[in-house]
Amino acid sequence: MQMAEKITLADLNKTLSEMNVQSLEGVKIEGDVEIEIDAGAGGVGPLFAYYFGQEIAQIAMQLLKFAQVVGYPTANLLQPVAVASQIAAPPKELAGAAAAVAAAVPAWKLADALATAKFSVGTDKTWKTPIQEIALGATKGNGGSRGHVVKLGGEKALPFFPDAAMPNSPKITMDVFDMPIGMAKAVKVHYEDVINSPGEWAKKAVKQFGADMVTVHLISTDPLLKDTKPQDAVKTVEEVLQAVDVPICIGGSGNPNKDPILLAKAAEVAAGERVLIASANLNMDWEMIGKACKDNGHVCLAWTQLEINSQKELNRKLMKVVGLPKESIVMDPTTAALAYGLDFAYSNMERIRLAALKGDEELTFPMSSGTTNAWGVREAWMVRSPNKEDSDWGDRMLRGPIWEILTGFTLAMAGVDIFMMMHPTAVAYVHEITQSLMGLVDAKTPDTASWLKMEV
Amino acid sequence: MKETSPLNLYKQLPQTNCKDCGEQTCMAFAAGLIARTRKVEECKPLVSEKKYAKKLEALKSTVAPELRMVMVGPADKQVKIGGEDVMYRHQMTFFNKPPFAYDVTDAMDEAKLTERVNKIANWKKFYIGNWERVEMIAVRSVTDDPAKFAACVGKIQSLTNYPLILCSFNPKVLKAGLDVAAKNRPLIYAANKDNWKEVAQLAHDYNVPVVLSVPFDLDGLKSLAATFAGMGLNDLVLDPGTAPNGKMLQQSLLNFINLRRAAVEEGQRDICYPVMALPINAWLTTKDPVRAAYWESVLTATFVVRGGALMVKHSIESHSVMPDMHLRFNIYTDPRKPVQVKPGIHTVGSPKPESPVFLTTNFALTYYTVESDLGSNGIDAYLMSLNTDGIGVQASVAGGQMTPQKIADAFNESDFKFESQKYPALVLPGMAAKFSGELEDLFGGKVKIMVGPEDSGRLGEWMKTQWPPK
Repeated sequence: MQMAEKITLADLNKTLSEMNVQSLEGVKIEGDVEIEIDAGAGGVGPLFAYYFGQEIAQIAMQLLKFAQVVGYPTANLLQPVAVASQIAAPPKELAGAAAAVAAAVPAWKLADALATAKFSVGTDKTWKTPIQEIALGATKGNGGSRGHVVKLGGEKALPFFPDAAMPNSPKITMDVFDMPIGMAKAVKVHYEDVINSPGEWAKKAVKQFGADMVTVHLISTDPLLKDTKPQDAVKTVEEVLQAVDVPICIGGSGNPNKDPILLAKAAEVAAGERVLIASANLNMDWEMIGKACKDNGHVCLAWTQLEINSQKELNRKLMKVVGLPKESIVMDPTTAALAYGLDFAYSNMERIRLAALKGDEELTFPMSSGTTNAWGVREAWMVRSPNKEDSDWGDRMLRGPIWEILTGFTLAMAGVDIFMMMHPTAVAYVHEITQSLMGLVDAKTPDTASWLKMEV
Repeated sequence: MKETSPLNLYKQLPQTNCKDCGEQTCMAFAAGLIARTRKVEECKPLVSEKKYAKKLEALKSTVAPELRMVMVGPADKQVKIGGEDVMYRHQMTFFNKPPFAYDVTDAMDEAKLTERVNKIANWKKFYIGNWERVEMIAVRSVTDDPAKFAACVGKIQSLTNYPLILCSFNPKVLKAGLDVAAKNRPLIYAANKDNWKEVAQLAHDYNVPVVLSVPFDLDGLKSLAATFAGMGLNDLVLDPGTAPNGKMLQQSLLNFINLRRAAVEEGQRDICYPVMALPINAWLTTKDPVRAAYWESVLTATFVVRGGALMVKHSIESHSVMPDMHLRFNIYTDPRKPVQVKPGIHTVGSPKPESPVFLTTNFALTYYTVESDLGSNGIDAYLMSLNTDGIGVQASVAGGQMTPQKIADAFNESDFKFESQKYPALVLPGMAAKFSGELEDLFGGKVKIMVGPEDSGRLGEWMKTQWPPK
């Protein structure tokens, strides 16, 4: 095919459209004037169009496209110098066209020296309201029998942000149940020896596993389980208070009719110990539970289900209707676990914390997470995948604890102050990473570039 | 994009309501641009008519993400790095989940290399209707020998077309890798204060994106970025240093937060590049592989949550890949999209009168899990999705969104007739077992209430022993 001496864009387009050419590799011609260059296709950089100028580039592109039609592998012309040099010289007439195009490009120039720039960035000026600081546990001097007090909250920024240091590290309260319950194997192996003795269980959690607190769950009161009477169930609270001297949390069975009566009774039994009562919910008699906390000097856990406005409503009722002081409320906005709605739990908590820092007085409370929920996720406990095409799921004894770690730690970054947890390894890792990010862990840091040649 | 008002974008559109894009009005298209569900290029008149050239340019610059987006890999396997607009996911969504790049080295013999590449490329897990996979391979030059590196890269490319990161501070090694792989648009790691001239030359000659590595010195990092941008090299990824432990780890996270804030909240255009993290550095702190994999997961979570745009990782064992993948999935799930399925009776397979009827919630994750468990076990069934406001079984039983009355109402409101079933029975999720008695009464004893397993993964087994009902 002969090339005319002068080719206009219109001629080219006409020829091309007759030949039904759609596109070049990496280059699309939109309509008849616009060229879109796919930055990722390799070869053509964004500088291309800039240096060539729109019109020249259009002609060059059409020429190339034309060349492709006549059988020359034009994609190679668009490759960078180093690649293009490896290919055979183009036919004469095309070489001429390419040379003309190349002459229009100013040579790329390597910088002579590094620029000097200073990095700076501000803090978030909308964070003006600190989170309420809460003390759990009362020592002898304060009418209780605990060995020490655990403090939660007090933040002035999101966790681990540069705006303000966290005054208190996140704390972990380990679960103790008042009757044997079903557990994932990876968890069960750690509690088989104490499963019938809540006191021993609590001791093990504190002494062996480093729990900051323990939560005694009075689940045997559930009418569908043992239906233990409240006055009998609370004996377990006394047993645990005797066994350990850390501050404790007391939980019910979740039965909305029975929990208020049970928790009110437990609050009386533990009067003066400043325990965390878990929990009041809008679907039950929150007033009775809140009042029991107020009358016996306890802290009330206000539990709502992944809904910021319900959390505000419940907190408001506890403050305004019950008259609970601000330093006696902790929130549980619900923990949906990793792979099972963690995104909702995470954003709900992050929104709650941001709203509080910005001054929403109905949300300025520390948060709690039922991190043990992680064990309800099949990926945490199942031996192998129900889906036969999945890659092997690996050792569940190793997999499960990571599920609990990531569920808890992710929510720590959203603002959770206290975690209810079960697996000792998970407890250790959540402690370690949260304290590391607060700058509390000393360790010799390896050369961070040495991974390149690391032998593993 | 800082713009939040469709009206301001509308001003840059043709305003002809031509409907070519599929929207009824240009204003609706503008709203789509704000939500990033539409692209400027989808407005055909704007792109093709010369008179709109200025508007097109203005609009493109307005809608560009606050954090630059860098494309890596061959066209058919390209990954997007960066391209984010917000600091917190609830403000809109995070768009491009950070690719996981697992490492291989040029010191591996061919058999080991092949085994590891295949393991990386074949890893997969099904989750909410999709396969989760690893996206990239990071090739480390341990030998520092250009020929060995080139051979290694060549071998990898013969096994897979996964996007690569070519990792060395030695420009000769990088060049050898690029000679083999440039056509597949790898990312090169890295330019630093010593080698930046040679690496800039390579990035230019081969037209590939490049990582700038200046650990724990944001002034230095910004200086290097400005230098590269001044040479027209804008496809940059930043490595501000990932310390795996101690006080420097805290500093690493602070740097990530500060860089993200500068780009997204303050609109600092000269530092608005995606930032990469190196969870692999956990392996520098211990010889214990379990401890290293655990800590790698923890580091991954740290930087996935706070804006890391690319992760270089090592442990390909499922016990750590799975949780890391799911965390990334959760954080990058679009909170604007409903996660509920339509309440009511659905069918799985081709149910017949002798097929069972199961109950679950309208929370998408629960629903699709049950559906997939039934499907993969070849169980034909009816599946009632109860409207629990998108809350899962356990939480809705506790929170009152699932009650016996609501379950009975759901069946009454649907056209489903238990009496046309050979075995008029309803299988409850194990977590809702306590509703059995009350439900029997609500159905007037005409429907047998059965209790299924607590996890639908066991439905196959359950069917073998419990169905048909005796």
